[in-house]
Amino acid sequence: MMAPASAQALLNVSYDPTRELYREFNAAFDTHWQAQGNDRVTVRMSHGGSGAQARTVIDGLDADVVTLALEADINAIAENTGKIPENWRTLLPSNSAPYTSTIVFLVRKGNPKAINDWGDLTKEGVQVITPNPKTSGGARWNYLAAWAWANREYGGDLDRVRDYVGQVYRHVPVLDTGARGSTTTFVQRGIGDVLLAWENEAFLALEELGPDQFDIVVPSISILAEPPVALVPGNSDAKGTTEVAQAYLEYLYSPEGQTIAARHFYRPSEPETVTDASLLERFPDLELVTIDDDQFGGWARAQPEHFGDGGIFDQIYQPAN
Amino acid sequence: MAASAARPSFMFREHSVVPGFGLAFGFTLAYLGIIVLVPLAALALRGAGLGLSDFLALASDRRVVSALTLSFTTSLIAAAINAVFGVLIAWVLVRYRFPGRRLIDAVIDLPFALPTAVAGIALTALYAPNGWVGSLFAPGGALAPLFGDAGLRIAYSPIGIVVALTFVSLPFVVRTVQPVLEDLDIELEQAAATLGAGRLQTVTRVVLPAVLPAILTGFALALARSVGEYGSVIFIAGNIPYVSEIAPLLIVIRLEEFNYAGATAVAVLMLMISFTMLLVINLIQAWSRRRHGHGA
Repeated sequence: MMAPASAQALLNVSYDPTRELYREFNAAFDTHWQAQGNDRVTVRMSHGGSGAQARTVIDGLDADVVTLALEADINAIAENTGKIPENWRTLLPSNSAPYTSTIVFLVRKGNPKAINDWGDLTKEGVQVITPNPKTSGGARWNYLAAWAWANREYGGDLDRVRDYVGQVYRHVPVLDTGARGSTTTFVQRGIGDVLLAWENEAFLALEELGPDQFDIVVPSISILAEPPVALVPGNSDAKGTTEVAQAYLEYLYSPEGQTIAARHFYRPSEPETVTDASLLERFPDLELVTIDDDQFGGWARAQPEHFGDGGIFDQIYQPAN
Repeated sequence: MAASAARPSFMFREHSVVPGFGLAFGFTLAYLGIIVLVPLAALALRGAGLGLSDFLALASDRRVVSALTLSFTTSLIAAAINAVFGVLIAWVLVRYRFPGRRLIDAVIDLPFALPTAVAGIALTALYAPNGWVGSLFAPGGALAPLFGDAGLRIAYSPIGIVVALTFVSLPFVVRTVQPVLEDLDIELEQAAATLGAGRLQTVTRVVLPAVLPAILTGFALALARSVGEYGSVIFIAGNIPYVSEIAPLLIVIRLEEFNYAGATAVAVLMLMISFTMLLVINLIQAWSRRRHGHGA
C-alpha cells in the first residue's frame, strides 16, 4: 500500500535567536517521526521579533505551534483568539519551557571597566547596551534581572529599586529595537562597555566573533528566562495536524531534544537526560529568580505593571521636569 | 459651440482619446477609494474607537509630542537640504555633458530601490563613532576640534536621523525638478543677459520662478516620505525617548503592547499633521503659479 503522497507540514512560529536551534531540531524530529512508522514531516519556520510574531498569529497566520520568547506573548494569542486554551502553561512539563536561559554581561576583553555585577552598571562613565523593553521580548528579561538584583540589594525598598533601574537606562546611549540589533551595536559599532544579553546569544557572539575580543561576566543574580512553547489547537485541529504537532513539542523534552538545546547554548530544563554531559559544563551556577517570584507575580501582573502604557518603564523615562 | 456651453462646467475637456468620461471618472474614484481611501478610513475608524477625551490625552502626552516634533523637524530639515542640493544635482545633470552622466543619473534612483533597513545599516556603519565618516567627528578625529571636546555625534543622535532622511528622500526633488529644467529654454537666460541682467538677477528673476513649483512639489514629496520613514531611521537614531525617538517607532511600540487603539491614535495624528502641511504647500504652489504665470 502506498503512503499518502502529501507529506505532513507543520508551521512553527518562533522568535529570532532560535533559527539555528530549530534547524537542527526539525531534522532530528523528522527522523524520529519516520522511525515511528509515520510519513515524513516538514516543518516550516517563521522567525521575527517575539511580539510581532504573536501579532501575526492573532491576525490569522495558521501556526500549529508557537515557540516564543515570552509567556505574555502566548497569553496574548490565547486571550485574543481563543485558539490556545487558557491553561496552556500546564499542558507540557516545566511550565511549557523545554529550555531556559538567563541574562549575562558581555564585556570587552579584559573587562577594562571592571564590571562584575549589576551595581557596576551605574558607575560613572559606564555605557550599557540593551534593547528597548517595549519592542523586544529579550530586553524585558534584562530589565527584570536588573530589578531582581536591586530588589535584593536594597531589601525591597521600591523607591531605590526604581531609581536604580532608571539609572541603568540613563546609561544606555543607544536603545535598539531588538536583541540582535543591540548585539550589532556593541560588537560591530564598538559602542558601550557592557551588553546585557541572553546567555545563549552571548555564547553565540563569543563563538562567532572569536573569544579574543569579549568576555562573558556572570552576575551574582539573574533571572530564569523561560521561552515557552505551546500547541495552537485552534489551527492544528482544522488542519488535522494536532497529533504530529503535539509529538513535535513533546520531542523537545526527549534526550535528543534536550541535547540539541544544550548544544545551542540553551539550558535544558531536564539536564539529567542530556546525552553529552560535557555540554552542561558551560552553564555556570548562579542565583536565578523566576518571573513567578513574589516581586514580579508572574507575567500576567508584571507585563502591565512594568511594560504597559504608562507602566514603570515609561515612568522611568519621564523627564523630571 | 452651443452644445459645449450647455455642458456642466466640471467636464473641462471636450475631446479625449480615452472614450467615456463617465467610465474613466468612475474608475478613478473606485480605484482611489479601494487603494487609498478605504485603508485610511479603516485607520480613522479604529482611532474613533478611542473616544475624543482619550485621543486628546494621548495627543498631549509629552512623549508623543516629543516624538512628533522630532519626526517633523528632522523631516523638514532633510527636505530643505534636498530642496537645495537636489536642485543643484538636477541642474548639473540637465545643463552639462560629462563622462558618466547617465551612470550618475541612474544612481539617483537607488534610494528608491534599496530596502530602507539596508540603507539604515549601511549609513550607521559609516557614521558610527568607529565608522569612516563618524570617526572624523568623534573625539580624536580630524574634524572633531571644530565641535569642541566631545566632537560631533552623528549616528545615534537627531543628526543621524537627518542624514538617513536626506538619503531616502533625495530622488523626489531631483526627479521632479529635472524635467522642468529640461523644458526651460536656455534662450530665456541668454535674452535676460542681453537685456543687461546679471547672473544673480537671471537666476532669481528668470530661472527660479519657473522651477519653483517643481521644487515645492519635490519638497512636499520628500517631506511626506521622510515623515513616514521607519526602516532606515531606527538603526541610526539611537531611539532614546525624548531625544531620538521618532513617531513611527512610537506606533510600533504601541503595537508591541497590543494597544491597537493607541497606535492608531499616533498614526491619525501624523496623518492630520502631514495632510495639513501638504495642503499648505499645495496652496503656496498654486499661489506661486498664479504669481509667476507658469504652469496651469
